[in-house]
Amino acid sequence: MNKGTLKQILLITDGCSNKGEDPAAVATLALQQGITVNVIGVLENEQSEQPEGLEEVEEIAMSGGGYSQVVYAKSLSQTVQMVTRQAMTQTLQGVVNQELQQILGQDQKIEELPPEKRGEVMEVVEDLGETCDLEVLVLVDTSASMHNKLPTVQDALFDLSLSLNARTGNNRFSIYSFPGKRGKDVSKVMDWTPQLESISSVFPKLTSGGITPTGPALREAMNQFAPKKRNLRSFLSRDESTMEESGD
Amino acid sequence: MMNQQWKSQGINLPIGSVVTGKWHNHSYLIRKKLGSGACGTVYLADQGNQQVAIKFSQNGSSITTEVNVLRTFQKVQGKRLGPSLLDVDDWVQPNGSQISFYAMEYLKGKELSTFIQKHGHEWLGILMVQLLKDLGDLHEAGWVFGDLKTENLIVTFPPARLRWIDVGGTTQIGRAIKEYTEFYDRGYWGLGSRKAEPTYDLFALAMVMIHVYYPKRFEKGKDPEKTLMRHLQQASSLKPYATAIQKALYGKYRSSKEMEQDITNQLMNVSNNRLKDQQSSRTHSRTQRKQQKKTVQKRNNSSPSQAKYLWEGAGIIVVVCMFYIVYVILQWI
Repeated sequence: MNKGTLKQILLITDGCSNKGEDPAAVATLALQQGITVNVIGVLENEQSEQPEGLEEVEEIAMSGGGYSQVVYAKSLSQTVQMVTRQAMTQTLQGVVNQELQQILGQDQKIEELPPEKRGEVMEVVEDLGETCDLEVLVLVDTSASMHNKLPTVQDALFDLSLSLNARTGNNRFSIYSFPGKRGKDVSKVMDWTPQLESISSVFPKLTSGGITPTGPALREAMNQFAPKKRNLRSFLSRDESTMEESGD
Repeated sequence: MMNQQWKSQGINLPIGSVVTGKWHNHSYLIRKKLGSGACGTVYLADQGNQQVAIKFSQNGSSITTEVNVLRTFQKVQGKRLGPSLLDVDDWVQPNGSQISFYAMEYLKGKELSTFIQKHGHEWLGILMVQLLKDLGDLHEAGWVFGDLKTENLIVTFPPARLRWIDVGGTTQIGRAIKEYTEFYDRGYWGLGSRKAEPTYDLFALAMVMIHVYYPKRFEKGKDPEKTLMRHLQQASSLKPYATAIQKALYGKYRSSKEMEQDITNQLMNVSNNRLKDQQSSRTHSRTQRKQQKKTVQKRNNSSPSQAKYLWEGAGIIVVVCMFYIVYVILQWI
């Protein structure tokens, strides 16, 4: 019995996009397709101030209905898993909110319930977070400036898989990098897989040059998910099978 | 909107402000900031004559989750497991935005490492036994503490009692650990999964013991397991517990009871060490004593006598060789 699948894109980058369409616009589109976009901006360990270009990080995440965080490479592991979990809870809470509104009327959100009642609703959200299936597409900026950070990114992704695979629900991960090889916007690093244990040395040789096609890469990433077939409320209808095949 | 919440989680309330709940109308006078973490900020406050600790968070769902856990604790074990829950409510700030909070019993005490530095190393084992008992109760009720770390433990005194103050990471057994801190997380050290199991807590507890002697923590390095074992061996004050800690790190204990037993035994041994010889002579019968003496003597003799035999053998061989050489020379002549 499949309860439905949460879909997320996790964008890891250290700078601003400079080629192609506006990534925030693509993120908005992704959200409309039921895909949440989370963004993590990675700082150099010595960097003390937020460099220019990283404001985009927040903008993309807000448009994509997800979370954003700007962190030092060192604390990447914990941030990656926290952002992913928070976004899951948020999406599921949104689903439950919708359901509440259906039952109780327009203004009934979790926050509008008295504190005593919220507890039960949160339990439902937590249950769903534990048991739902999850697809995470990781989109990694591999432009030259990311060079030193890629080993840390790999560690963080391995760590993410460790966290998520402790859940009861199933997970699928895939990794894409941008800019891609031979002038393409994006390359596939790893196809959908339940575990990220085999990611050591999967990142391609770094692409030099100053091109960062975040928008087009995001669009490509979005297309790797199966098209939306039903709305998110399917999470709550346990009897219906909601298998969603995404073409591998 | 959620994004803003994520970013502005540092809540700053001016000292002396009054917080009144929207649903239950209790008023609290903010006294002091006690601490802040990823999921909220805790203040000391007065409610009438009573001192309480209040946790605020703009992320209402995490408040709700923690309140759920505190309620479960109360149902299961009385209030011993965590601070007791006093009130849950929302506060509408002057600017119109809403923050969720809950009020709990204010536990006044010292952080674990401060307490041990002040009162002596012998307390570590004793307090760990207390913690293991509480964890045992929690596990039996179907929960795992999850984010067990030194900062979440407080010692009230006297009488010395270890209490836990932040229950945000408490997770049902069998699920994925909700919250963790890398240094205390077995997944980080490559020594296990992040599934909520009793062994997960016991690993973290072992790390708490290690952390007392490495207040600055340390990183995992290239070979996490080796790093961990090296640090364990280098802390001389941890020697008495090294075996227990190692077993906990490798997930060898099936329950906190087993670890509690090991540490208790160790504590009893240490305090009885001086009496040991007298006791053993009193309790054993004469023959046993004689046998013991014999084996002791034998053991004591064993290594020098072995050396003696070696020398004898070598001497004989040398002498025989000399005779042989003399014989050969005589033949030649």
